[in-house]
Amino acid sequence: MWLRNSPMSVTRRGLLQGLAALGISAPAFAAEPAPIAFDSLYKSFGVLGFQFSDRVTSLRGQEVRIAGYMAPPLKPESRFFVLTREPLAICPFCQSDADWPVDIVVIFMKEETPLVSAGRKVAVTGRLEIGSATDAETGFVSQIRLVDASFRVA
Amino acid sequence: MQKRTWLMAAAMLASVAPATAQTIYPLNRAEILEGSRFDFKVEFPNAPASADVKVTINGKPIAEAFGREVQFVQNEEGQKHSALWLRGAQLPAGQYVVEAAQGGEKATVNWNVYATGERKAKNVILFIGDGMSVAHRTAARILSKGWEQGLYGGELAIDDMPNMALISTSGTDSIVTDSANSASAYTTGHKSCVNALGIYCAKNALTLDHPKVETISEVIKRKRSGMAIGVVTNSEIEDATPASMVAHTRRRSDFNDIVKMFFDVQPDVIMGGGSPNFLPKSTPGTKRTDDQDFIAKFKEAGYALATTKTEMNAAVAGGSKKLLGLYNTSNIDGAFDLRLAKKGSISKFPDQPDVVEQTKAALEMLKGAQDGFFLMVESARIDKYSHSLDWERAVFDTIMLDNAVKAAKDFAGERNDTLIIVVADHAHPVSLIGSYNDDRPGQLLRDKLGVYQDSVVPNYGPRDADGYPTDVNTSHRLAVVFGTYPDTCDTGRPYMDGERVPAVAGAEKNTYVANEKDCTAPMAVRKQGNLPFESNSGVHAADDVVLTAMGPGAEKFRGHKPNTYVFRVMTEALSLGGK
Repeated sequence: MWLRNSPMSVTRRGLLQGLAALGISAPAFAAEPAPIAFDSLYKSFGVLGFQFSDRVTSLRGQEVRIAGYMAPPLKPESRFFVLTREPLAICPFCQSDADWPVDIVVIFMKEETPLVSAGRKVAVTGRLEIGSATDAETGFVSQIRLVDASFRVA
Repeated sequence: MQKRTWLMAAAMLASVAPATAQTIYPLNRAEILEGSRFDFKVEFPNAPASADVKVTINGKPIAEAFGREVQFVQNEEGQKHSALWLRGAQLPAGQYVVEAAQGGEKATVNWNVYATGERKAKNVILFIGDGMSVAHRTAARILSKGWEQGLYGGELAIDDMPNMALISTSGTDSIVTDSANSASAYTTGHKSCVNALGIYCAKNALTLDHPKVETISEVIKRKRSGMAIGVVTNSEIEDATPASMVAHTRRRSDFNDIVKMFFDVQPDVIMGGGSPNFLPKSTPGTKRTDDQDFIAKFKEAGYALATTKTEMNAAVAGGSKKLLGLYNTSNIDGAFDLRLAKKGSISKFPDQPDVVEQTKAALEMLKGAQDGFFLMVESARIDKYSHSLDWERAVFDTIMLDNAVKAAKDFAGERNDTLIIVVADHAHPVSLIGSYNDDRPGQLLRDKLGVYQDSVVPNYGPRDADGYPTDVNTSHRLAVVFGTYPDTCDTGRPYMDGERVPAVAGAEKNTYVANEKDCTAPMAVRKQGNLPFESNSGVHAADDVVLTAMGPGAEKFRGHKPNTYVFRVMTEALSLGGK
């Protein structure tokens, strides 16, 4: 929401933070995105899979907002990043490729965007999609996504 | 003199690794179980044609020696080498000299293919304390047995065994190993390289194409229809050590492929964490990228499914002989969180079995197998908690391993038909150097450290029935240090709020900085890391590890041995050699 109209290709981190600060006092446009949180994404969380909470299910297709941590991005600029509940500090394998926690939210941004450094808390706004989907470009499989999204440093 | 030594060293180096030599797999000095399957491969630099190379075994042409046709691939995968392949080769016992000639250059390797003689053991139980080092053991002895006037209050089950050896753990590529190729050495008898399982690390581009070697599970499944196999861990079941029982991949993180490999080999009892890689991609919470439902496949193959301790015990009580037990989406929580701190994922998964309960359940299911069983049990988080420099959690899981070994010894009793081996797969640089005493004068953590005559017995809470202290956050505590660390803050206290996170991602990509949450603790000491900047946790050490053993075949363990020797002793005890 906050950065959606900004010229992303020239935005740098300092500017991002400045805009983020502006965002706090900027007037709200149209409908406020509905807040959702990592703690209430699922109504059951078991060995054999998850069930999304009723609230998340009812918000499918609508604008939502969620706070989390940006996982280390694959490229400095991307349309795509992974949002995690906690900062990804310890690599689970230590000697090989990192693995993702299971309760991630995948973010597809409206446009290619310079990403902030890994481990920063961000607030993301976008349209909520749930259900299994495979990204054509990266092959990444996700169950819950925010699309046409934008973020600010929280 | 000095010059001559240097010249000799240079000559040796040249003969070991000339940049453009032919490479023969299995590598030089391989010890191969008679009749076990392995992929024979020779790589020739500069992509010669078939007519320009010649390969012999004991002087005979290669196809004649193996009794099978070989395949020659010029410019393999478009790379600048040619390859000669024979997948699934087998050899009778003997000494073999393999020569690969290309123009005037000749490469030579020697293999020893060994026979295994009479069967000595009906059952083999291999316990792996992942990363378990001598200090873990000493601290576990103090915590669980007590210490008075220089003597311990009792012996650990892992110590109280008749045979012992020092085991070296290096892989083919580096002095310091990881858990993939070190576990693979135990389960295949072949050395491999970092991140690899059940293969030799060749030039192949795809992780599943490298030359394979047979795992002990595959040998047993091929030769002994009446023998059962168990794989038990508290890590994700796809993690390196349990995966080494079934897997062939250059990349240990191929979890989805590894689940399929478990299904292909079908060990009778499979227990651990890591359920998401079993679920089809349509299921929320999955990590698969295809539609295969391995929960359903295992059920169809006759496995009972358990997702909690209650379900595990019910399966055992119901007489199940085949069980898939998946108790966590990630690693099963360690003993420190299961018993004391109740952090980690205890709130999400309140009914997880520990390694001891899993071991007892596995033994109940396997012990009826008509031709005996092979069981691998791993206490995985000794390593994981040592990476995070959280020694109390690592030592609680060492005590847990000890209790699991006690259960196995109770099973073996006077039967004299069960070989029990307890070993680590690699070490961590960890030492017990004294004790912290909050009553000592001074304001700094180092003022509170007692060394030599001031290293006093800790005043931990009373031990429970299973030998775990009921409180470790006391005023007199052991001081255990790690030799490697990223930028971090030491608190000198146990981490009651959850596993220690020594460092967090820094502003620069691939750098890590101290976790400031720990730096604000009373008396916290800020330490500048001694590891490369991209390291976020402690690393493994090349130090030898201790192996103890009992039962038929255990007498083979003495002195110092390479890790591959463990496979040899197990296969000799079970007489797995031959066609």
